[in-house]
Amino acid sequence: MFRNQYDNDVVTWSPQGRIYQIEYAMEAVKQGSATVGVKNKTHAVLVAVKRKPSELSSHRRKVFDIDTHVCMSISGLTSDARSLARFLRSECTSSKWAFDEPLPVGRLVSALGEKLQRCTQFWSRRPFGVGLLLAGYDASGPHIYEVQPSANYFDCKSMAIGARSQSARTYLERQMTAIADSDRAGLIRHALLALRECLPSEAELTSENVTVAIVGKDEPCNILRDEAVQPYLDTLENDMDTDA
Amino acid sequence: MSTGWMSQTAQPRAPQPQAGEDARTRTMRPIVTGTSVLGIKFDGGVAIAADTLGSYGSLARFREISRMCKVGNQTVVGGGGDVADFHMIRDLLNTLEIENREYEDEHDIKPQAVHTYLTRVLYNRRSQMNPLWNTVLVAGMQDGEPYLGYTDKLGVAYQESTLACGYGAYIALGPLLREVADKGEPITKDAAVALLQKCLKVLWYRDARSLNRFEIATVTAEGVDISAPQSSESDWGIASMVRGYE
Amino acid sequence: MSSTDKTVLASAGFHGDVLTLVKRIGVRMQNYEYQHRKPMSTPACAQMLATMLYGKRFFPYYTYNILAGLDADGKGCVFSYDPVGSYEREHYRAAGTASALLQPFLDNQARALARIPDYIGRKNQQGVVFEPISKERAMTIIKDVFTSAAERDIYTGDAVDIRIVTKDGLEEHRFPLRCD
Repeated sequence: MFRNQYDNDVVTWSPQGRIYQIEYAMEAVKQGSATVGVKNKTHAVLVAVKRKPSELSSHRRKVFDIDTHVCMSISGLTSDARSLARFLRSECTSSKWAFDEPLPVGRLVSALGEKLQRCTQFWSRRPFGVGLLLAGYDASGPHIYEVQPSANYFDCKSMAIGARSQSARTYLERQMTAIADSDRAGLIRHALLALRECLPSEAELTSENVTVAIVGKDEPCNILRDEAVQPYLDTLENDMDTDA
Repeated sequence: MSTGWMSQTAQPRAPQPQAGEDARTRTMRPIVTGTSVLGIKFDGGVAIAADTLGSYGSLARFREISRMCKVGNQTVVGGGGDVADFHMIRDLLNTLEIENREYEDEHDIKPQAVHTYLTRVLYNRRSQMNPLWNTVLVAGMQDGEPYLGYTDKLGVAYQESTLACGYGAYIALGPLLREVADKGEPITKDAAVALLQKCLKVLWYRDARSLNRFEIATVTAEGVDISAPQSSESDWGIASMVRGYE
Repeated sequence: MSSTDKTVLASAGFHGDVLTLVKRIGVRMQNYEYQHRKPMSTPACAQMLATMLYGKRFFPYYTYNILAGLDADGKGCVFSYDPVGSYEREHYRAAGTASALLQPFLDNQARALARIPDYIGRKNQQGVVFEPISKERAMTIIKDVFTSAAERDIYTGDAVDIRIVTKDGLEEHRFPLRCD
């Protein structure tokens, strides 16, 4: 097999100007199951499809609540995500402690970006092997941010990451204006429709394998699991044809 | 021959800890002090007032010191107590404002955030047995509503529609400010400013650490306006009639 | 006074410490909820408060706390504390400047002890009828108690905040006292 000379650690450049360790970390994101984030004028929604490692185990957690105004969905190494969730929560707690105010989502993400960047510049460190979507609501409205292991982050209208997420992004691009103008229920529906694009052909969205998180104006971070998801899945069945 | 200070220095004394060796110096008492700060909410905003005197004990030492500072675009802070400590608070708030600006986003510092932040700072300092010797009023517009908060050197904090610290808490707060606030209907901006001026005048007559030169800051939806220092006329003609204090 | 929908904390003493303590409790309750994916129960909060107070055993929070809520069986519970974290579950307790005035009043009036007649409340009184205490009766006692406090205790203020925790949620009332 081809042996790469330039991927032993994260501080070594390849002659092409690439850092392989970071690119490998980016690959880890594509291994995880898909997650989609969308927003309209008042709400931001995350949906994610959960996998289980075996029939004997429970589903892997995909969505984490960070604060009353921010939640996060992940694709990649769940254990790395837990540690990042802990960091994000402590940042939000600090803001509430010092200022009695929720931390603006953009500032939270920039703090996270700095933390991730440090892992890309010391040989003894490993970049986090997880991609994140952060949904939040603050004084400047709803937000969707994508955060990558490379420490890049993007303020998005909508985004999908994880396995087969290209088809979801295609859907989101096509429906861009419809999503922006949708109401709360319509927004969740669009998110689920985009998520469905990411499934392998034999699989389908069920209340068991889908998590929905909503945050928005007058609605603190609300994570729906199991039966609570079913009503929203039902909307996919009902009028699938009307806006196909 | 043993006169005056020579003999005193010759006396054996208990060993005094020297600053810089095993003793740490702290604010044990205020040195240069500011007196009252007054604050009142009005219809669509909030106003605070403070005179410009920095007293050195009973000496009217600095006569044109500002005891107010603007933080962000919707908050103003006024402080009484130790003037040097207030300057430290002002520097902290300036740092906060600069850091806030560095994010280059649309989030402005809100009065509630300033109030909470100062409360934490002052409480932490008192817990380290090294207090910042101030009482501070925070005034501003919080999400379109007037905001007026109090914090002191212990880290006690609360909000009210009228507030005063220093001598003003005894003289201005009860009879004047509260009388207006308890009537239930908000007063106008002009009435609030006139009332503060009247309170300051009473304090000038009664509080020996006050001055008839002052600043009044108002915060409305339009932003913060700290007036240039202004002086009030006073009439001491009545003084000759007062008996019992000669 | 601060509360979630299940647990209420009332604190007397140094207000700066109260603000800080309440804030720390809030942080820990939120972290608990994120880590355990359920809200903290009142007895758990009671134990946590004791630990937090004792954690500052040698520079204590100068606060007198009473924590109330519902226990695992849905029964009302009241926990009282000293400033350094000794605590006990009780049926009723008065704390703060007027506590020495009010605790005997409660000993005399609070009939919440119906099921434990040999407990201290009304234990040594003659002709006592033990009956379950109703919410209305509890409210009446609390208002009477604070009215008395306002009569004799100079530190008691102009109004009393009352929070009632039931299985249906939290009720909030404000009862004005003599305003002099």
